Amino acid sequence: MPKIDLSINLCNIKLANPTILASGILGTTKALLKRVVENGVGAVTIKSVSTEPREGHKNPTVITFEGGMLNAVGYSNPGVDAAAIEFASIEDVGAPVIASVIGTQKEDFVQVINRLSKSKFSAIEIPLSCPHTPGFGMLAEQGTPQATFDITSAVRKVTKLPLFVKISPNIPEICTVAKAAEDAGADAITAVNSMGPGMVINIEAQKPVLSFKVGGVTGDALRPIAIRCVYDIYKAVKIPIIGVGGISTGRHAIEMIMAGASAIGIGTGIYYRGIDVFKKVCEEMTQWMQENGFYSINSIVGIAHD
Amino acid sequence: MIEQPIMVRIFDITKESPGVKTLFFKSKLNFEPGQFIMVWIPLLDEKPFTISYFQEELAGISVLKKGLFTNALHNMKKGDKLGIRGPYGRGFSIPKTLNSCVVGGGIGMASLATLTERLGNVTIVQGTKTASEIIYRERFKNMNICTEDGSIGFKGTTVDLFAELLKKQSFQRVYACGPEKMMYRIFELCNSRYIECEVSLDRYIKCGFGVCGQCDCSGQRICIDGPVFPSNELSNMKDFGKTLILKNGKRAYC
Ligand SMILES: Cc1cc2nc3c(=O)[nH]c(=O)nc-3n(C[C@H](O)[C@H](O)[C@H](O)COP(=O)(O)OP(=O)(O)OC[C@H]3O[C@@H](n4cnc5c(N)ncnc54)[C@H](O)[C@@H]3O)c2cc1C
Ligand SMILES: Cc1cc2nc3c(=O)[nH]c(=O)nc-3n(C[C@H](O)[C@H](O)[C@H](O)COP(=O)(O)O)c2cc1C
Repeated sequence: MPKIDLSINLCNIKLANPTILASGILGTTKALLKRVVENGVGAVTIKSVSTEPREGHKNPTVITFEGGMLNAVGYSNPGVDAAAIEFASIEDVGAPVIASVIGTQKEDFVQVINRLSKSKFSAIEIPLSCPHTPGFGMLAEQGTPQATFDITSAVRKVTKLPLFVKISPNIPEICTVAKAAEDAGADAITAVNSMGPGMVINIEAQKPVLSFKVGGVTGDALRPIAIRCVYDIYKAVKIPIIGVGGISTGRHAIEMIMAGASAIGIGTGIYYRGIDVFKKVCEEMTQWMQENGFYSINSIVGIAHD
Repeated sequence: MIEQPIMVRIFDITKESPGVKTLFFKSKLNFEPGQFIMVWIPLLDEKPFTISYFQEELAGISVLKKGLFTNALHNMKKGDKLGIRGPYGRGFSIPKTLNSCVVGGGIGMASLATLTERLGNVTIVQGTKTASEIIYRERFKNMNICTEDGSIGFKGTTVDLFAELLKKQSFQRVYACGPEKMMYRIFELCNSRYIECEVSLDRYIKCGFGVCGQCDCSGQRICIDGPVFPSNELSNMKDFGKTLILKNGKRAYC
């Protein structure tokens, strides 16, 4: 029986398996990234970095509900100068590291990428899709086809690294946005960011729980939406897709890959199953592949399509 | 579990010292000494506090007045509502029969209080800057007290007093909570004498359940892997006693 091989080649980056730590979950320090690598992940993404330090929103910033998680962290990060120090010898982490870069205008993205250029990141990801931080993403109209094209083009000019554009599940014309990113030179689409925003009200306090009142919805509730987004985008673009949203088991991962993802991101899954969710997902994928006669990830990508 | 605050009414308030008040509320929390809860004041903020009293469905948090949030807690009245979620984190380990010592610096004593009760026969060291800041004097009658200005008890820090005690006796386990520099020195003293030590670390906490990465200390999440860490783990945590991470993710010295 052929050996099952979970390794993938994503835009010429070699990953031992298709799981990727999604941005904003545990990606704050090099030590935490290392810890995630020790738990079997294929690649990791750092918490998004902006030009200046940001405190983010006040607590409560992350809560859960029956169907998943609601967060409005508000892009807290130490700013690019401190991030450049934190992630200086990033190759020590032991797996490819993706730098997530944010900005309020395209010049910011360029500035952050330039200042991180001494670190050996394997790829750049630009989320144009956060639903709960004023000045960024959806609240700054960065997710329209035109803005996506403009920002991606500007970033494309300053980096040779593989460039991933992360998009929102909220937009009806999601394929047009993905296509705009591809046309502007993106090497992959990360789909999706959190959806909504949503709100949870504490009825005894008679107030919304999150301090920002609204927050992005992730986890189980997001999965069917993320699967559909990836399925649609797969038909619209030729570049690979990193499928993110509600994945916490091997079956979820296989489902996402069948929809068209070449790799899968995991965030909220860490809450559901612990920091070793990556190891668990890989074991479950391997077992499923064994039982169903698949030997490589490539042979599963997109097979749910007609 | 659903990580959302549940509203509780303040049942009683006691003054522990000029700067510290304990707020009591009814709760059926399944709580272990050393764990913490996130306390929510709607529209204001949400911050971590140890449960410092826990008996028959009545729990309490002892709050040192520091900034905006703790001031707001001090201004609350009986019957006012607070949101709480948790308990979170890994607490202290409680072996059956060990000769142990708890060392509390300042409000750090709050984290050790329910542990002290659970351990029963235990040596207690509490230190503050000055006499009026000592808490729980009625609650723990035989404390070894020290103050930096010598206004009561031994004149010096908890580290000084603990080192004095070690000249006369030894312990199988030491538990410490207080300023990080203090905890680091207690940890070193214990290491040099092969005494097991557990400390409760303090970092800026956001989510409380291990996803946001804010409270990292050398790859350990204070909120879920800690806040209590034993010596063998502390030995591998380079940031312990040295650097912490501010709310905006920047590093600062402890
Ligand atoms: C696990 C744990 C248990 C704690 N238990 C107690 C306790 O029992 N009694 C007590 O009085 N205090 C306790 N604290 C500290 C308490 O959370 C802070 O004193 C409080 O958040 C200060 O808020 P503030 O707005 O009044 O002050 P600020 O002016 O905002 O801050 C004063 C100090 O508190 C720290 N702080 C502020 N927000 C947070 C946060 N979200 N997480 C961690 N630290 C923060 C700041 O870094 C600063 O050093 C505990 C902290 C931790 C991490
Ligand atoms: C607490 C939290 C913080 C996040 N922060 C970021 C961020 O800084 N940048 C980003 O691109 N996405 C961020 N996200 C979105 C995730 O990367 C991911 O797209 C989303 O959570 C969906 O995946 P999941 O269901 O596996 O969590 C965050 C999500 C959560 C839950």
